[in-house]
Amino acid sequence: MSKQTATLFIQCLVDSLRPEIGDAMVHILERLGVPMHYPPEQTCCGQPAFNSGYRAEATKAARRFIDIFEDSEIIVCPSGSCVHMVRHHYPELFKDEPGMLVRARRVAARTYEFTEYLVDVLGVTDPGEELGSRFNGTVTYHDSCHLARGLGIRRQPRQLLGNIPGLTLVEMDESDRCCGFGGTFSVKYPEISTAMVDDKVKTILETGADVVSGCDVSCLMNIAGRLSRIGSPVRALHIAELLAGTGV
Amino acid sequence: MHETNEKTYSELAREAVGNEELHAAIRMIQDRIGRGTRQLWKTEISPELRARAKAMRMRTLEHLDVVLATLAENIRKQGGHVYFARTAEDASRYCLEVARKNEVKRVVKGKSMTSAEIGVDPLLEKDGIEVVETDLGEYILQLAGEAPSHIIAPCIHMNRRQIGRLFQEKLGIPYSEDPPTLTKAARKALREKLLTADMGLTGCNLACAETGQVALVSNEGNIRMATTMPKVHVALMGMERVTSTLAEHETLLRLLTRGAAVQKISTYVSFVGGPRQPGEPDGPEEFHLVIIDNGRTDILADPRFREVLACIRCGGCLNICPVYGRIGGHAYNATYTGPIGSVVMPLLGGVNDHADLCRGETLCGACKDMCPVNNDLPRMLSELRHMLAYGDETWDVTPVDKTEAVAFKAWAAAMSSRKAYDLLVKSGRLLQAPFVRKGVLKHGVGPLGKWTADRDFPPIAKQTFAERWNTIHAKRLKEDGDA
Repeated sequence: MSKQTATLFIQCLVDSLRPEIGDAMVHILERLGVPMHYPPEQTCCGQPAFNSGYRAEATKAARRFIDIFEDSEIIVCPSGSCVHMVRHHYPELFKDEPGMLVRARRVAARTYEFTEYLVDVLGVTDPGEELGSRFNGTVTYHDSCHLARGLGIRRQPRQLLGNIPGLTLVEMDESDRCCGFGGTFSVKYPEISTAMVDDKVKTILETGADVVSGCDVSCLMNIAGRLSRIGSPVRALHIAELLAGTGV
Repeated sequence: MHETNEKTYSELAREAVGNEELHAAIRMIQDRIGRGTRQLWKTEISPELRARAKAMRMRTLEHLDVVLATLAENIRKQGGHVYFARTAEDASRYCLEVARKNEVKRVVKGKSMTSAEIGVDPLLEKDGIEVVETDLGEYILQLAGEAPSHIIAPCIHMNRRQIGRLFQEKLGIPYSEDPPTLTKAARKALREKLLTADMGLTGCNLACAETGQVALVSNEGNIRMATTMPKVHVALMGMERVTSTLAEHETLLRLLTRGAAVQKISTYVSFVGGPRQPGEPDGPEEFHLVIIDNGRTDILADPRFREVLACIRCGGCLNICPVYGRIGGHAYNATYTGPIGSVVMPLLGGVNDHADLCRGETLCGACKDMCPVNNDLPRMLSELRHMLAYGDETWDVTPVDKTEAVAFKAWAAAMSSRKAYDLLVKSGRLLQAPFVRKGVLKHGVGPLGKWTADRDFPPIAKQTFAERWNTIHAKRLKEDGDA
């Protein structure tokens, strides 16, 4: 069966701060024999502006995103919140612009979060067999807000992690309690944000896991930042890194 | 409105996050009640019921004028008085007039946030009238001179040792931190007040237009004493707190008590709608219902925010919100706190004045999941932020943060071409160089300064993914394809 070409939507934070997550995604898709396309002009989906209320700026970014991605067969992104932005907020931004609304909806319908794409579109069930994944250690999974509540994606990442040979998945308490990142929230109200990430870190440490994983680099960056500051050896790894890993 | 603290949201939040006792108390309520309700929504209460409840609420709101007229008509038929108050001042002045006319010396109150919203207590007190809270939590706060910090558990921020010391000082009893002993002491003091009060002042959880009654839910029994023992009963309600039919009323009351305290129904539910009728053994001689607008018409008129009036004030969103969980109610410095307060306070009391509430949530969506009537609070917070970004004439909002506006303009420019974006990334790399230690940024510059006070930040990578795509992936994939 010939697979649709996956157009890579690499969110700005992965692009500039954690490009290895993008690398991991490329390796996984390569192993699955998925043809890939990367539009080099892409920058940001506009979410930071939208969440802060700057809709004109967000609309600008959205328009550009649609121009770049609308001819794609399927768009795949290693970030739940960016997919949420495209899927739910783009149609909202263009609700009074019929022509753009049609285009926004078309792009929205073709945009998938990475684990959703692997499980629901490609039907990956056995990462060990199909992707050559291996991991020796215990992993706990953080449900990012926009991914879990906004897109309803909770099952897919667990299904993948739970089937990586050597990996023991342990649930943390209240895995879907917000980590306190919230985009510019963490910059505007760092005192509250830190207190929230402390709660998150506590539940992570209680599991005794070696790694906390998730599907959103923004939450992982926030959690990793706190773990590192308190000197914890627990690592925060994107699920793509675990899936691409071969026994790290 | 109940806002007295001059400190900023951030200052109050900073104090609150450092308060371990407060944190423990709120965690307890969130662990017990918040999780309990969440479980109920998963098991016992179907999403369809909640969706139906929301539809009922919205339908009633669409015909609010007719529904309120029916409510008023039915209450008047039963011999009750109904007053429509346009503003907070109107509403409290009416209460004062009723009190004066009846030569009231002492008012006993049932829990009512609306009374705090309209500021009626100080007005009555200025007139020499004693005002006593009868809900245990509210009574404790009144003795302590503090404001409530939770919609249904107003003194959740205090522990039993603090309450023990307070009772020792104010009620003159020996120090005790035993809850039954403290409760008994409060009950004894309150019974005296209830028996000698001339007027009961309560809120209204939900009124029912069809039957002409207001329902008051409580777990302490104080409400039925406050509504039946004094010779005058005045009930205050926000104009949206009404249901059209008894069926709607019943459905919503059950969702209310479940959302508030995981209860199928609360210990006491009082239905009152008029003075004592001939042959009835108890009840007030006079009954007044004050229906308060105080800005609600404006909310009703705006389709972006109308749904917030569907709120039944169960406080469920406070029991799940991770921000509230960390800062408690006082940091909001507002009558209504938590996620619902963050939407409703700006609309009732001024968006600019409550800008921090609009911006101080993470939009995580937990409140939306929890709300018994599916109110989309994150969506409305986002609308409020939109107003704060550019200003809004209808709501008299002026842009709140010029630096941020400039920053987002610059951001949009940087994101509008890959060249500009790459330039930004490259300058970031140069700027960060002196600050990177062992692979992390310990001290960020600009807005990152605050972030890195407690957290490390990952430095900008040596190569962006785009660069790696060009130099590594594209080539390799092409070679593999050719091979």
